[in-house]
Amino acid sequence: MSDPARSRTLRDAVGLGIAVGFYGIAFGAAADAAGLDVWQAMTLSALMFSGASQFALVGVLGAGGSAPAAVGSALLLGTRNTVYGVRMAPLLDPRTVLGRAGAAHWVIDETTAMAVAAPDRELGRLAFWATGATIYLGWNAMTLVGALGASGLGGTAQAALDAVVPAAFLALLWPRLTAAGSAEPGAQRRVALGGAVVALALTPFVPVGVQVIAAVVAVALAGRPRTAERAA
Amino acid sequence: MSGDPLWTAVVVASVGCYLLKLAGLSVPAAWVEQPWVARVVDFVPAALLAALVAVQGLTTEDRIVVDGRLAGLAVAALALALRAPFVVVIVLAGVTGAGVHLLTG
Repeated sequence: MSDPARSRTLRDAVGLGIAVGFYGIAFGAAADAAGLDVWQAMTLSALMFSGASQFALVGVLGAGGSAPAAVGSALLLGTRNTVYGVRMAPLLDPRTVLGRAGAAHWVIDETTAMAVAAPDRELGRLAFWATGATIYLGWNAMTLVGALGASGLGGTAQAALDAVVPAAFLALLWPRLTAAGSAEPGAQRRVALGGAVVALALTPFVPVGVQVIAAVVAVALAGRPRTAERAA
Repeated sequence: MSGDPLWTAVVVASVGCYLLKLAGLSVPAAWVEQPWVARVVDFVPAALLAALVAVQGLTTEDRIVVDGRLAGLAVAALALALRAPFVVVIVLAGVTGAGVHLLTG
């Protein structure tokens, strides 16, 4: 393993940590807008530590949804971390129960993407731990900034925040719909459009939040895999 | 909503999400690497995130409401299409929402 490769990995990890920090500010503000206090926002960032699930939880609660609907949305979005874990297990190869419990907490979109993109196993492990550490620090610190900054905003600032939350979800969704972020952007767009239509159509008829969980039926629009074998 | 149900939701969802991560490192790979499981999990975020965009951007309680949030979403979509960084997208959406609020009172 060469030193330039090591420092490139570390530099990428820090860059990603800073970028993710901006989402942390948006999350802290969204949590405040949803009626969570600073401690609850911080608990989510420290314990849940999975951006899309956290946004979903506060998004459903903020829209007036029930706690079970909010928890259900967060867990559904959390299932992809299980798949990441399966992919990461051979690379991380945790030897002890404690090591596995610790590594699991940082198995998220960004750490998995960085680790699997690394040229070799050693750099993959470095990418996982370095990315995990910088994102964990940045995400939690910026959540605090966002939650404190958003409390006590006036009407116009509140309107700005109301517009920020759906835009943040759109920014989380967008890369999944592009050729750069997905193997099947066409199918992803079909599913996304279907999910939005199902959610809007159900809004007048079901308790708030339930339409978000129900939108998962749109996954059926993906159709069968194009090939039987999936590249890992 | 009072504090207690909120705390319950925060803790239950956090522990649940952690256990989902831990399961990935713990279960035999064959359980999760069924083609249909991988396929469903691959598409769940698109369906849920799009539903959240729609619900957060266009509804208030059980009604469809068009206001500054939709204008903010349109501006955000344009910024994303032009590959603007996240912080720019968010600021533009916020400024748009605030502008519509000021214009419409």
